[in-house]
Amino acid sequence: MTDDTTTEAPGPVTTLATPIRLDFDFTPGIAQSVFLRGLEQGKFMGQRCPVCGKVYVPSRGSCPTDGVPTTEDVELSNIGTVTTYCVVNVPFAGQSIEIPYICAQVLLDGANLSFMGLIQEIPTDQIRMGMRVEAVWVDADELTPSLASVKYFRPADEPDADYDTYKEYL
Amino acid sequence: MAEVEALHASHSLEYPYSRSVGPVIGGFLTGLRDGKLYGVRGAGGSVIVPPTEYDPTTGEDTGELVEVGPGGVVKTWAWVSHPLPKHPLDRPFAWALITLDGADTALLHAVDAGEAGSIATGDRVTVRFRPAAERIGAMADIEAFVPEGGA
Amino acid sequence: MSAATAGRTVRPVSIASFAQMQNVRRDDEHNEVEMLMPVVAEVFGNIGITKDDVDFICSGSTDYLIGGPFSFVMALDAVGVWPPRSESHVEMDGAWALYEAWTLLQEGAIDAALVYAFGRSSLGDLQEILTLQLDPYYLAPLWPDAISLAALQAQAVIDAGKATEADFAAIASRSRKSALDNPNAQVANDIPAATLLEDEYVVAPLRRHTLPPITDGAAAIVLAAGDKARQWSDKPVWITGFDHRIETHALGARDLSTSPSTAKAAELAGVADGPVDVAEIHAPYAHQEVIVAEALGLDGSVTINPSGGPLAANPLMSAGLIRIGEAAERIRSGGAHRAVAHATSGPCLQQNLVCVLEGE
Repeated sequence: MTDDTTTEAPGPVTTLATPIRLDFDFTPGIAQSVFLRGLEQGKFMGQRCPVCGKVYVPSRGSCPTDGVPTTEDVELSNIGTVTTYCVVNVPFAGQSIEIPYICAQVLLDGANLSFMGLIQEIPTDQIRMGMRVEAVWVDADELTPSLASVKYFRPADEPDADYDTYKEYL
Repeated sequence: MAEVEALHASHSLEYPYSRSVGPVIGGFLTGLRDGKLYGVRGAGGSVIVPPTEYDPTTGEDTGELVEVGPGGVVKTWAWVSHPLPKHPLDRPFAWALITLDGADTALLHAVDAGEAGSIATGDRVTVRFRPAAERIGAMADIEAFVPEGGA
Repeated sequence: MSAATAGRTVRPVSIASFAQMQNVRRDDEHNEVEMLMPVVAEVFGNIGITKDDVDFICSGSTDYLIGGPFSFVMALDAVGVWPPRSESHVEMDGAWALYEAWTLLQEGAIDAALVYAFGRSSLGDLQEILTLQLDPYYLAPLWPDAISLAALQAQAVIDAGKATEADFAAIASRSRKSALDNPNAQVANDIPAATLLEDEYVVAPLRRHTLPPITDGAAAIVLAAGDKARQWSDKPVWITGFDHRIETHALGARDLSTSPSTAKAAELAGVADGPVDVAEIHAPYAHQEVIVAEALGLDGSVTINPSGGPLAANPLMSAGLIRIGEAAERIRSGGAHRAVAHATSGPCLQQNLVCVLEGE
């Protein structure tokens, strides 16, 4: 075996590329499928805990406080309250939404847990806690069992919610 | 609860890791790029292949790099009749732990041994490097080991 | 506690309750929380306690099976952790989570613990996932799958004259026949070893019957010390010794036909302090039972894997914990007085845990 001899000897090897990739066939389970199937029908599904009575959305199959199965499905309102928010100004790789944009926790009427949503159709300096918002869905023929069915939340035509109605959810 | 059919979705995780190798592992990988096999001096003068920063028996720091091979002895083997896509070879081959000449511990690699059954513990094998232009300083710089004296 | 007595129990700890899920090839309806909830409910229900009766929760699982970070945090929903609880997790088989809980019990910091383990191996490509536990510079880039590595060890056992392929087939046949008595087993049948030997090799010298099944499963154990141990069972099963040891990751630096880490853990846990009636050995590959049984110092009088062992059901992350639970059940049901349970982790039996159990 002969080696090439070059005039410039390469330096020592200092790094090793070790890319990895794993593929999964993911299943979210029954309770989360209730939520995803609900999205396919244009509605938000939660579940009620038989011990503490709280309604969790997305439906998750168990009450995280009591550790018991939550089997009562509850359809939640399309409208909720912004409990807290942030305005995103930082660009990052893979960003699909134009900055600045508003990310908020939305407490849907009937739920005891808020979840994160994109807020649009309002200038970023006008977002506030207590604002009432409603979900904007994709067209009926574009509904799928995924959060992509919800385009965003926009201000609802209602006065801001009283602080007392959401102070437990901050 | 509603009777719902459980959903399925494909999900992939992918990471483009690039690892710094340091002088010990780097010494071995540099050797591969240059078409040579190295071990490292361990406790009591033993030679550890592939090189580790510490002796696996005593935990002491290891010393200088020591050239080993290119031939060695099969310490144990396993025959793969249906290679998986990521295996080193795409035809039936043997995995082997190979104690290279001059080494006290064995290196894992593939042995391109032809038909099934033509490998046994105690066989002598020798390294077959890829062409120099294809070597980058990684285990794949070794295409495989082959029975000494030709397959 | 001196190193020589490190594995011996200072404070008696009992295995108060054990529960496991029906082991299946694939549970693609339930997520991990939904799998665990009935198991946790059963392990508490067996002895009429609730989550408020345990002081500490420890789990064993790996995010690599689900492909998502912090999956073990989500799993706590199966227990209910409000008000906030003292909790820990190991990215290991639940047997090591049990060890962590036992350590706290030894120190007297707590009196009872819930330990659970879970994993769905069906979600991803298990062989690829397991390859990622290997040295990233020297081993993983060659993608030696777990069966290939096990086969290297099997050949080493044969070369050492310790067993033959016929012995491996006999172990597989015996294991799956024992599993006929285990309602939770996944693979149970009565096929003679001679028939099994007609199988093709998967990776020589291993044939399909020497390999563990791929299993989705979950299990839980409640540990109790002091007054609680007596309150929760009239016939407590005590842990009298508990230890684990690890060897070098470098396969080429080990004698793969032996298990010095198992032998050391067995010595420190006091396996040889008395007769062993039953051993539940976490040997996912048939040839590994030969290695572990030798390292534990077992003779032919010991009943090995009456549950069927991992050859009948191998839920990754739970299989070791289940060995301990199954051994405890033998004692509780009167089928044994003193038992040894073993768990393993890493390629080719790199790391091994030994737990010695005794009835009263």
